[in-house]
Amino acid sequence: MDELNKLSITDARDMLRAKEITAVELTTACLDAVTAGDALNAYSAKTPEIAMEQAKAADARLAKGDAPAMCGIPLGIKDLFCTKGVPSQAASKILTGFKPEYESTVTTQLWNAGAVMLGKLNMDEFAMGSSNETSYYGPAVNPWRRAGADTKLTPGGSSGGSAAAVAADLCLAATGTDTGGSIRQPAAFTGITGVKPTYGRISRWGVIAFASSLDQAGPMTKNVRDAAIMLEAMSGHDPKDSTSVDLAVPNFEALLTGDIRGKKIGIPKEYHLDGMPDEIEALWAKGAQMLRDQGAEVVDVSLPHTKYALPTYYVLAPAEASSNLARYDGVRYGYRAKLKQGEGITEMYERTRAEGFGPEVKRRVMIGAYVLSAGFYDAYYRRAQRVRTLIKQDFDKVYASGVDAILTPATPSAAFGLGEMADEDPVKMYLNDVFTVTVNLAGLPGVSVPAGLDKQGLPLGLQLIGRPWEEGDMLNIAYALENAAGFVSKPAKWW
Amino acid sequence: MSIDKETARRAAHLARIAVAEEDLDHLATELSNILGFMEQLAEVDVDGVEPMTSVTPMRLKRRTDVVTDGNMQDKILSNAPDAREGFFAVPKVVE
Repeated sequence: MDELNKLSITDARDMLRAKEITAVELTTACLDAVTAGDALNAYSAKTPEIAMEQAKAADARLAKGDAPAMCGIPLGIKDLFCTKGVPSQAASKILTGFKPEYESTVTTQLWNAGAVMLGKLNMDEFAMGSSNETSYYGPAVNPWRRAGADTKLTPGGSSGGSAAAVAADLCLAATGTDTGGSIRQPAAFTGITGVKPTYGRISRWGVIAFASSLDQAGPMTKNVRDAAIMLEAMSGHDPKDSTSVDLAVPNFEALLTGDIRGKKIGIPKEYHLDGMPDEIEALWAKGAQMLRDQGAEVVDVSLPHTKYALPTYYVLAPAEASSNLARYDGVRYGYRAKLKQGEGITEMYERTRAEGFGPEVKRRVMIGAYVLSAGFYDAYYRRAQRVRTLIKQDFDKVYASGVDAILTPATPSAAFGLGEMADEDPVKMYLNDVFTVTVNLAGLPGVSVPAGLDKQGLPLGLQLIGRPWEEGDMLNIAYALENAAGFVSKPAKWW
Repeated sequence: MSIDKETARRAAHLARIAVAEEDLDHLATELSNILGFMEQLAEVDVDGVEPMTSVTPMRLKRRTDVVTDGNMQDKILSNAPDAREGFFAVPKVVE
């Protein structure tokens, strides 16, 4: 069989177990696709030797009948995850040359389950961005194009390399991370499925920190079933992350019954934005109807503090980032500026950080330092923490009224052209996260599911927001939505 | 609230990021725009609302206060831009 790289995790798993294919064949097909996909700039580092070694080990396990679901599945890993001996630089110049001496908990779990690493994936620098354009490696490119045009489009961000790689079949699935929408927005822009789990479901240990109270890793996959399988492999308590929760991890795949009769789905009225494209409104209404047709009850709900979510996020995330990124000082790892005669340690810090960080990261670190500084802490940081409480209470009230999940658009637009936002105010770029950022602030699980194409032929996604720790129920509703939407389009290959 | 050139200089210094004198005005404008966007929060009534410190209502787990790893000086120094004789090396700090 050719084009094994186009398989889903589910199909590959079944074929591997049935001995119809081997992990080595599957991995070889993916490595060939990776090489042929350079125009997408999705991979920042390729690890074919590690991949072949892991694939052989996976075949040995499969031969013995000891094969977890992820055994032999080739993955791409976002550059934010520390991988032992393999460049891990968060797409930043300041981590040039950094090769961790340790492996993140998530990737350790995936390798222990037999998965195969194809390489590291491009992203926005330190996960700060919504278009992949802040990457030190240059942006990843969306495999999708507008009908009849060859304009290069963004795959979204920050997990843009992950999204591009999955959509273009340069891997079977990828890891992503999501602080304000960085899994769900790129998934929507590329017609794939992306899950941000409940805060605490997945260990953050070994994942380069951006905003620790918001960051969660998650799977980016070709369909909902794959997401359920990979989420289970990534989840679980980790003593090395004190915010990871000691709860049993369900068999998420077993919860995909497709039966959503009697489920109550909330439609938040505050998510109807002025100026939102009609197509997105129409898709949202269609999604609600699909769930209704399958026996769910659709109700209007209110999340009154929604409009404050973005400003809250843009206080809290930069504040946390300014603390987390203080460690990049040119002393322990990565880049150090060349000093001139007579310059001391302060110049070393200030020039290392000026030369090592890109403009968006610098902006956020400075904003963060400012909102945390004496005299402004209460007015900005403390106030934002209070508004965050109100945002979470909005969701608590909706869920207390018996709602099982909330349906929203994933993004306010389809993918835009690379460079199209270059002259805009940075705040305009922040609006990409308007539907996703509330979920991080409230610590909830969210999933983006491809649900249709716009009139230019670009994918659009819908988001389901679940109750805390109810990823299984949320994914089951997503599964029902996926079945009804019947989204099977793939980008036409041009690369 | 808008940020003037001196405040921009101070924010850059707090963040230990060198900014050229001629770039400070532009930086002040950019930071002012972002802060302007955050000003919306001032209209929210937050009286009596607790600031959120943990999104999941849980007590942080405690562990036994024991050494669980160590003796890996080489690994710790392996990524340093300048390491000598088992130390991180930096420009002279004390005269």
